[in-house]
Amino acid sequence: MIHSLFLINASGDIFLEKHWKSVVSRSVCDYFFEAQERASEAENVPPVIPTPHHYLLSVYRHKIFFVAVIQSEVPPLFVIEFLHRVVDTFQDYFGSTNVGDQLPTGQLSVVPWRRTGVKYTNNEAYFDVIEEIDAIIDKSGSTITAEIQGVIDACVKLTGMPDLTLSFMNPRLLDDVSFHPCVRFKRWESERILSFIPPDGNFRLLSYHVSAQNLVAIPVYVKHNISFRDSSSLGRFEITVGPKQTMGKTVEGVMVTSQMPKGVLNMTLTPSQGTHIFDPVTKLLSWDVGKINPQKLPSLKGNVSLQAGTSKPDENPTINLQFKIQQLAISGLKVNRLDMYGEKYKPFKGIKYMTKAGKFQVRT
Amino acid sequence: RHDDLKEMLDSNKDSLKLEAMKRIVAMIARGKNASDLFPAVVKNVACKNIEVKKLVYVYLVRYAEEQQDLALLSISTFQRGLKDPNQLIRASALRVLSSIRVPIIVPIMMLAIKEAASDMSPYVRKTAAHAIPKLYSLDSDQKDQLIEVIEKLLADKTTLVAGSVVMAFEEVCPERIDLIHKNYRKLCNLLIDVEEWGQVVIINMLTRYARTQFLSPNQNESLLEETAEKAFYGSEEEDAKDAKAEATSLAKRKPYIMDPDHRLLLRNTKPLLQSRNAAVVMAVAQLYFHLAPKAEVGVIAKALVRLLRSHSEVQYVVLQNVATMSIKRRGMFEPYLKSFYIRSTDPTQIKILKLEVLTNLANETNISTILREFQTYIRSMDKDFVAGPPPHHRGCATNIGKVRDTCLNGLVQLLSNRDELVVAESVVVIKKLLQMQPAQHSEIIKHMAKLTDNIQVPMARASILWLIGEYCEHVPKIAPDVLRKMAKSFTNEEDIVKLQVINLAAKLYLTNSKQSKLLTQYVLNLAKYDQNYDIRDRARFIRQLIVPTEKSGALNKYAKKLFLAQKPAPILESSFKDRDHFQLGSLSHLLNTKAVGYQELPDWPDEAPDPSVRNVEVPEWTKCTSREKRKEKVEKPFYSDSEGESGPTESADS
Repeated sequence: MIHSLFLINASGDIFLEKHWKSVVSRSVCDYFFEAQERASEAENVPPVIPTPHHYLLSVYRHKIFFVAVIQSEVPPLFVIEFLHRVVDTFQDYFGSTNVGDQLPTGQLSVVPWRRTGVKYTNNEAYFDVIEEIDAIIDKSGSTITAEIQGVIDACVKLTGMPDLTLSFMNPRLLDDVSFHPCVRFKRWESERILSFIPPDGNFRLLSYHVSAQNLVAIPVYVKHNISFRDSSSLGRFEITVGPKQTMGKTVEGVMVTSQMPKGVLNMTLTPSQGTHIFDPVTKLLSWDVGKINPQKLPSLKGNVSLQAGTSKPDENPTINLQFKIQQLAISGLKVNRLDMYGEKYKPFKGIKYMTKAGKFQVRT
Repeated sequence: RHDDLKEMLDSNKDSLKLEAMKRIVAMIARGKNASDLFPAVVKNVACKNIEVKKLVYVYLVRYAEEQQDLALLSISTFQRGLKDPNQLIRASALRVLSSIRVPIIVPIMMLAIKEAASDMSPYVRKTAAHAIPKLYSLDSDQKDQLIEVIEKLLADKTTLVAGSVVMAFEEVCPERIDLIHKNYRKLCNLLIDVEEWGQVVIINMLTRYARTQFLSPNQNESLLEETAEKAFYGSEEEDAKDAKAEATSLAKRKPYIMDPDHRLLLRNTKPLLQSRNAAVVMAVAQLYFHLAPKAEVGVIAKALVRLLRSHSEVQYVVLQNVATMSIKRRGMFEPYLKSFYIRSTDPTQIKILKLEVLTNLANETNISTILREFQTYIRSMDKDFVAGPPPHHRGCATNIGKVRDTCLNGLVQLLSNRDELVVAESVVVIKKLLQMQPAQHSEIIKHMAKLTDNIQVPMARASILWLIGEYCEHVPKIAPDVLRKMAKSFTNEEDIVKLQVINLAAKLYLTNSKQSKLLTQYVLNLAKYDQNYDIRDRARFIRQLIVPTEKSGALNKYAKKLFLAQKPAPILESSFKDRDHFQLGSLSHLLNTKAVGYQELPDWPDEAPDPSVRNVEVPEWTKCTSREKRKEKVEKPFYSDSEGESGPTESADS
């Protein structure tokens, strides 16, 4: 399967290597570097690179390339998914604690994802319902496409071998789901109840998708008035961001970015709140808005000038939005109850909801 | 060098040893050489401290191959470990033993594997399964003995072992499907409880297995049509004898009934479409694509589209497979058209693949929506990508003849785009499209002729010149003028453009020598002294062909036919068309070339092999039944599925 693994950082150093069979020379990474050079950006390096005697399969996370060396046919997703899992594990492991403190004791149990002998003084189980909304809005404000990608992440600190069930008020919303292996699939099929013995600690219980068929609610809108003029005069740039279907919850952490056309020389803008930057080299405009106050909607207004000699761009730039809304699951998904069996204590339980922007684009 | 580490390793304090080992292993991980520490490290192989031990094992596995004699010193420690009462230690000893790549110890390894295969602990048996391919890669002569162990472990009833032994099977003896028969139903039933990576391996193996054991579920589609036709067109004058013969032959063609074992596989893999693991989902998708009746394959589309929201590397692989699938089975992905819309933040590779898919999914109902999307993409800023959309206009155009005009119009609009690259690509594509229907498009050709003033990209200029030359009879007034302009700029043009100017000149000479004769001679004279050999050669060749002189060869008579013959229109095809003979989800499919160790997906058999090979004896455990009275072929339903059907199973205890 995976013969060797190399970790390459942003400066191009191979800073870690591991070999599962015979040692493969680092020079195999030269093919990777070649491909990296040909690609304009890190995201464009092909994940699968054939070389004379090996195949290089890689993933890019946290500005590090994890490059696996393969010698024979294998399903590429097998390797790619495994590499991502390795990264996730590193993240969990090195993220919070000192490695030495938390070596697993390696007690095997019937259930492979939970060891025996787990003990806590405070027994608690928290679930976070986190939804990301992807949308493309056209220039008139109507939705071209919108969809919601949701996850339910859990942090379970429970003693012993608890057996949990989680049910929803409106499970029919969850029409496309994928589960952690601990979930008993048959019970979901027949009763739409999630029944599982949870892993210890943090894990992703399930991820789901709600499609546009359910008429996804759009939480924000952008009013825009953008017009470029030839290089002799100034063009106009005005955008205002406002809440739409938010069930009265606050929209915060708002960030507006837009890639201006190459010909743009400068932008003189005034925001009604927050801070903005226009980078004259990359032509990237970013506006850190903060919270949306429905009484006084944030706006960014001003002029835009073109470089001498360039003609008006054909099309207006696309606006990308980031935002966060606490206590809201935009799909309307609601947890009904969470019960525990198999243990005698009473655990503390909590459920939180949040919606944030995924790839949210407004065409102007 | 490393004296301080050697001291620490020699001390009797575990904490020092541990510290030293941590630093040593860190060195190895960074690719630094720590081989001279071997003797000092190997002395600690029997250290009681578990953490030290584990790190010593890591070191050993890395350097044993280089220092074989010294490595042998540690073998006895592992052999002792194999007998430890603690299952974790037994497994650990076996794991290290099998990872040490020292050929001398192959017999010891083999013995260890065989014993571990009978161990009481499923975890140790699993480790034995992992050890098999490692031994095989060290010494392939051991194949027969290893197959014995594989056969034994295949019969194991635990989920823990299943994935690992199938992995060993695939690496050592994938041709031995006879070993799978008796274990087939058990594997199908255990599958949902096996860990994710094992699921991928088992599903891929069972896909190949099924293709050799069952009949194609899609064979009778054509058969049914044939039968219906015959019945429809049957003549009333047929006498009774003929009719009877018909009836018996119809009866002989058995209607297709799916083998219950085939159905079992399809049914038991379906829930795995909801696994969180993209590799598992892809494995089920390819199984369904290659094994399921056409009408049932659609269910995988939703799952594959879900994977498009994962990491970009996952998207990359999934889109490649969707591109192949969407050529033959367009309907499957049509409901998910919008999922393939391009985001401005997608990596270039992903954009290109999504375009490929959108092109394949285009049909009469959705073509205008798709074209509108394409227009938007062209305005995007990504240079590598922008060259993409027009070729896909072309892809759309071939799929839907009626819409060709719409596509052409869209492309012509692009000719006024600011971006040179876009215009250039559009020209190239328009050229291809026009070749299919030149007569109707003289307006477009005229329009493009005017563009030669503005378009600088050599490929585009060359394409326009070719078009004008080819269809100069449609634009008789413009063509000579274009030649005139080109003659003026000839020496400044790129080579590919020069070649086309020569072609244009030749064709005009033959069709309109009054206006073109002098121009052509001028161009040919310039070309005669060009620095490029190819151009000088072409000029000489053409001059001989078209200019009649006393020395003219026989071909001069045919000059017109040679230059002005109708050429076949190019066939515009997706690059994914030929990939479908590779198994979906494989590396070979992704690279469109056979990878090392790739196994071809077998063809369906003409006749179904004997299904009874999969039947297994189930011992009766009742009091009154003595061992000698075991019934054969008792099939007790153990897992009944939600619809109330029950397939033949083997009782599996876990």
